[in-house]
Amino acid sequence: MISAFFIFNQKGEVLISRLYRTDFKRSIADVFRIQVVSSSDVRSPIVTLGSTSFFHVRINSLYVVAVTKNNANAALVFEFCYRFINICKSYFGKIDEESIKNNFVLIYELIDEINDFGYPQNSEIDTLKTYITTESIVSSAIAAEESSKITAQATGATSWRRSDVKYKKNEAFVDVVESVNLSMSAKGTVLRADVDGHIQMRAYLSGTPECKFGLNDKLVIDKSQQGISDAVELDDCRFHQCVRLDEFDATRTISFIPPDGEFELMRYRSTSNVKLPLRVIPTVTEIGTTQVSYTVTVKANFNNKLSATDVVLRIPTPLNTTAVDCQVATGKAKYVPGENVVVWKLSRLQGGQECTLSATADLTSTTHRQVWARPPIDVDFQVLMFTSSGLIVRFLKVFEKSNYNSIKWVRYLTKASGSYQIRF
Amino acid sequence: MPPRKGENYELSVDLNSGYPEKRRDAIKRVIASMTVGKDVSGLFPDVLKNMQTDDLEQKKLVYLYLMNYAKTQPELVILAVNTFVKDTDDPNPLVRALAIRTMGVLRAEKIIDYLCDPLQKCLRDENPYVRKTAALCVAKLYDLKPELVLENGFLEQLHDMIADSNPMVVANTVAALTDIHIAASAQPSTSTEPDPALFIISTAVLNRLLIALPECSEWGRVVVLNALARYVAQDEKESDHICERVVPQFQHANGSVVLAAVKVIMIHIRGVKREDLVKQLIRKMAPPLVTLLSSPAEVQWVALRNINLLLQKRPEILANEMRVFFCKYNDPLYVKIEKLDIMVRLAAESNVDALLSELKEYASEVDVDFVRKSIKAIGQTAVKIDEAAERCVNVLLDLIATRVSYVVQEAVVVMKDIFRKYPSTYEGVIPTLCANLDELDEPEAKASLIWIIGEYANKIDNADELLGVFVDTFIEESYSVQLQTLTAVVKLFLKKPESSQGVVQRVLNTATKDCDSPDVRDRAYIYWRLLSTDPGAAKAVVLAHRPPISIPRTTVAPGLLEELLGEISSLASVYHKPEETFIGQGRVGVDSVRQAGEFDDAFSAQKALQTVAQGQQAENLLDFGDDLAGDAPSGLAATEVLVQQQPAARNLVTGLSENPLDDLVSIFGGANMGMGGGAMGSAFGGGVFGGSAFGGAPAVQAPPVSSSALAASPLAASPPTTHTAQQPQEDLLGLF
Repeated sequence: MISAFFIFNQKGEVLISRLYRTDFKRSIADVFRIQVVSSSDVRSPIVTLGSTSFFHVRINSLYVVAVTKNNANAALVFEFCYRFINICKSYFGKIDEESIKNNFVLIYELIDEINDFGYPQNSEIDTLKTYITTESIVSSAIAAEESSKITAQATGATSWRRSDVKYKKNEAFVDVVESVNLSMSAKGTVLRADVDGHIQMRAYLSGTPECKFGLNDKLVIDKSQQGISDAVELDDCRFHQCVRLDEFDATRTISFIPPDGEFELMRYRSTSNVKLPLRVIPTVTEIGTTQVSYTVTVKANFNNKLSATDVVLRIPTPLNTTAVDCQVATGKAKYVPGENVVVWKLSRLQGGQECTLSATADLTSTTHRQVWARPPIDVDFQVLMFTSSGLIVRFLKVFEKSNYNSIKWVRYLTKASGSYQIRF
Repeated sequence: MPPRKGENYELSVDLNSGYPEKRRDAIKRVIASMTVGKDVSGLFPDVLKNMQTDDLEQKKLVYLYLMNYAKTQPELVILAVNTFVKDTDDPNPLVRALAIRTMGVLRAEKIIDYLCDPLQKCLRDENPYVRKTAALCVAKLYDLKPELVLENGFLEQLHDMIADSNPMVVANTVAALTDIHIAASAQPSTSTEPDPALFIISTAVLNRLLIALPECSEWGRVVVLNALARYVAQDEKESDHICERVVPQFQHANGSVVLAAVKVIMIHIRGVKREDLVKQLIRKMAPPLVTLLSSPAEVQWVALRNINLLLQKRPEILANEMRVFFCKYNDPLYVKIEKLDIMVRLAAESNVDALLSELKEYASEVDVDFVRKSIKAIGQTAVKIDEAAERCVNVLLDLIATRVSYVVQEAVVVMKDIFRKYPSTYEGVIPTLCANLDELDEPEAKASLIWIIGEYANKIDNADELLGVFVDTFIEESYSVQLQTLTAVVKLFLKKPESSQGVVQRVLNTATKDCDSPDVRDRAYIYWRLLSTDPGAAKAVVLAHRPPISIPRTTVAPGLLEELLGEISSLASVYHKPEETFIGQGRVGVDSVRQAGEFDDAFSAQKALQTVAQGQQAENLLDFGDDLAGDAPSGLAATEVLVQQQPAARNLVTGLSENPLDDLVSIFGGANMGMGGGAMGSAFGGGVFGGSAFGGAPAVQAPPVSSSALAASPLAASPPTTHTAQQPQEDLLGLF
C-alpha cells in the first residue's frame, strides 16, 4: 500500500503532501529531493533507499510521487499515479505547477477520497464529480438524501453510473481512434508495425441502458473459429470496467451498462495486416564531410476520397549542421537548429497524392569526426474515417426499460504521434 | 502568548473572524502553509473552533489539519472528540464516513478510546459507503492498538463482512484483513496458538471472493486477486476452477489488475494437471502481457521486469513475439535496457537476423550505456545460438570498423566471450582486434584482449611484442589487467619458450616485487613455483582445457524464481530480489544466514548473502527512524559485530572493497569455521569458484575478468580464505 503521496515541482519544492500512514515523517520529502530531484543520474522510475521506495512519474516538469515502505504492488502504484493525473486533467484541464497551486484544496479532497490508508478507493471520475466539486457542499437534511444516492452509486456494482440520468434525445457517439506504430528499416522493410486502438464512447442515454457492441473482429485467441470474411485480427483487447468480462470470455459479446458521458470503452492491439497510411521514401547521402543531401518522398496510401491532415515530418540532420536549404512543392519546410531537424509540415495530403522534399544540409568541419547516429525520420499525421487495422463497428444496440429510440454515431480516426519512424 | 504580529497571528485573527468567508479562507491558507512545511501547529485551538460546520469542504480541511497535528497536541485533540462522535451519527453518509475515516488516523491515545463505539456502529451502517470506510478503519486501529481490535470483536465482524452484499465493502474488508494479517505475521508469535489476527483463507472465503471478483472496482479486484494468490488449493479441481474464474481479468483495462491475474494464474497453475488447460492458460496470458507494452513507460517497465521473470520460467509464452520488444527511439533508457534483455531471451534461430540488424542499429545510438548493452547482447546471442555466431562476429567487426572508442572496447570484451564459447573458430579476427590495441583504455577491454593474445599466443607472431607493451606498464595497470598479463605471459612462455624467456622473467619479477596486490603477487608466486619445479604440471594447469561457457537460462536461483513468480507485480519481482533484501532492518538476513547453515540449500544461502549485504548497506545509507529508533540497533548492532570480527566485513560496510563478492565469501568463510558447519562454505565454493575453471554458467553475467573468474589455474582459487592464503605465501617465501 501507499504510505505517502507527494507532488513536487521541478526544484523539488513540495506542492502537495499527504501521509496516508504514519511510517515516517514529512522529512521523507527532503530525501526524495536530494536523491531524485537533484540527482542527475536517476535511471529508474523507482528508487529504493533502505526500506523506503519512491515511485515517481514526471509530468510537465512536476513529480507525482508515491512512497511505500513494504513490498508494494508496483504496477498498482503507477496505475494509481496515472489515474490521479487523469482525474486532475478532467477536473481542471491541465496539470502543471500553477494549476496544482490554484486547486490544492480540491486536490487534497480528491487524494483523500481516492485513497484511504494507502488503499486506492473508487476513482471513477464521473462519480467523483458528483460529490467532490469546486463549489462547496452544505451538509443538510436534503443533502443527506442526495448523499445516500451518491454513496450507493460510488460503492455499488455499477459504481460508474447514476440511475436517474435523463436525456431528451438519446444519443451515443463512438470514436474509434487508432495510433499506428511503425518502425521501418533503411531498406524499406517493416521491422514492426502495430496498431494501438481505443474506442472512445460518449453516451447520452437515459435510465440504465444495456448496451451490446459488435465489431468485425476475431480475436486470434480463437484462431480455429472461422469469422466473417472481412474480419480483422485483434491480438488482444482490454475493457472499461463496465464491460462484463466473464461474458466476453465465454461468448465474445461485449455487453455493458455505460457510464454517463465520455469514457474509454475498450483498448485493443492489432499486428496483422496493418495498413500503413503514409509511405515515406528517404534518400540521404553524405557528400564528403561537409554536406548531406536529402530527397524525401511521402505518399498517401489510401482511398483518394480521404485525406491526411496535420502531416508533420521531422527529418534529422547531423549535429554539426550550419544551414539547410529546403525545397518543397507542397507544404512548408524549415530547419530547426535547436532540435537538429528539418520540420516539413503539410496541412493536407489527399489519398494517392505524392510530395517530395529535397534539401541540402551544410556541415561545419569538426576536428573530432564522429559517425552520425542517424536517428529515424518521425512522421505525425491524422486520417479521418480510416482505420489502419481495418476495424469496423458492426452494431451498437441499446436496450432500456422505457424502450426509447437512440441515435448512434460512429467516427474513425487513425493517427501517429512520435511513433511512426522510418530509418535511413 | 504568541507574538501579536506575523503571519500566524494574522491567521489566528482570521480564524476567529465573525465572517464565515474569512474563516474559510484562513483555513485554506493554514493548509497551504502546512503543505510547504511551515509550522502552524500553534493555531490548533483556532482551527479547531471551525470544525463544527455544515460546509463539507471546510470540515475536510479542518480534518486534514487535525491529521497532521493531532500527535503534537494530544491534550487539545480531546476537544475534537465530541464533534467527531456527533458526526458519526450525522444523517449524511458522507459525513459519517469522513468522521470515521479521520478518527482512525489521528494517532492520539485519547481519541482511540472514543473510537470503538462509533466504529462498532459504522461497521453495521446501512450505507455501504460508510461500511467500506469503517472496514479499513479497523486496520488503522489495529496498527495503533491491536488489543482494542481483539477485545471489541472487530475481527469477527470483519470476517462476517466478507459475505457483504456490496462488492466494495468486500474488497475493503479483504484489504483490512490482509493488512492486519501482514502486521500480525511480522510480530514474533509468543503463544503456541495461532494468532487470531492471521487471515486464513478458507474454502468458504474463496467462494465469496470468486463471486465478488467480477463485480469489484478495479482496485478492489487487485485486492481480491492478491487474496486469491494466497489461497492454498486443496486439489486439482479447485486449481482448475480458480484459474478459469480468474482468466477473464486478463482483459481488464487496468494494468495492475492484469498483472495481479497473471500472478494468481502462475501460482495456481502449479496445481493444474490437465495439459490442455495449462496450454490454454499460457496462450491466453501472452496477448495481455504484450498489450502492457503500450502503457505509460513506468507501467511498461514494471511489466517488462515481470515478463523477464515469466520467461525464465516459461520461455514459450512469448516465443513468437520478439518484434514487439524492439526499442523505440524515444523509449526511456530503463525501458530500452529491459527490452534488450528480453530480446536476447527470446532469440532463436528463426528470428536472429532481425534481432542482429536491430542490435546493430542500437549500437549507433547516442547513449553510451545503451550502446554497450546492445553490443553485449550481440555477444550473448552469439553464445546462445551456435548457428548465428558467425553472423554475430561479422556484425561486431562492422562495429569495430566504426572506430568509436567505447564501441570498439565493448566489442573486444564481447569477442573474448565468443572465443571462450567457440575456441579456435574465429582466429581470423585476431589481427583486427590487435590493431586496436592502442585505443583501449578501459581495464576490462584491455584484460579481454590480453586474454585473447595469451590464449592464441602460438598463432600470433608478435605476441611477445604485444604483451611486452603491457609488461612495461605493468605497475600502472589495474589489478585485473595485471592478472591477465601475468597469465597471458605464462601461457606465451609455455607455448613459445624460446622467444619469451625474458619477458616471463620480467613479469614475474615485477609482479612479486613491486606489485601491491596480494592476489597478483600470490598468483605470480604460484606460477613461478610451478614453472621452476615442473613445467609439465604448469602446462597441465595453465593450458588446461576449459569447458565452453553458456548463457544461463535464469538469472535468479530456481527457488527464488518460484518465490518471485508468486509475487508478480510487487517490488520484489521488479527488483528480482527477495523482499527481505529491501524491507526491514536487516534482522531477517541474520536469521536466514543461520537457516542456510542448517538446510544446506544453495538458494537460501544465496538469498542470505544478498540479504545481509544489501539489507544492511541500505539501512546504513539512510536512517529515517525517529519512530523506529527503538528497533534500529538490532540491525546496526549486528553489522557492528560483524565489522569488529571481520576486516573484510568492514570493507563491505564502508564500501571500500574492490570486490565485494570475495569479501562476502570471506565473511562467511570465517563465520563458517566458527559455526562448524561445512555446508555453507561448499555452497559458496560451488557458486563462486566454479567460475575459476571457466565452467561456471554465471561467468558471462558475473564480471568476467574478476580475479578468480578468469584465473587459468584452479590453484588460484584459494586466496579468499585468509587462513589458506597466508600459509602458501609463507611456504613460497621459504622456497625462494
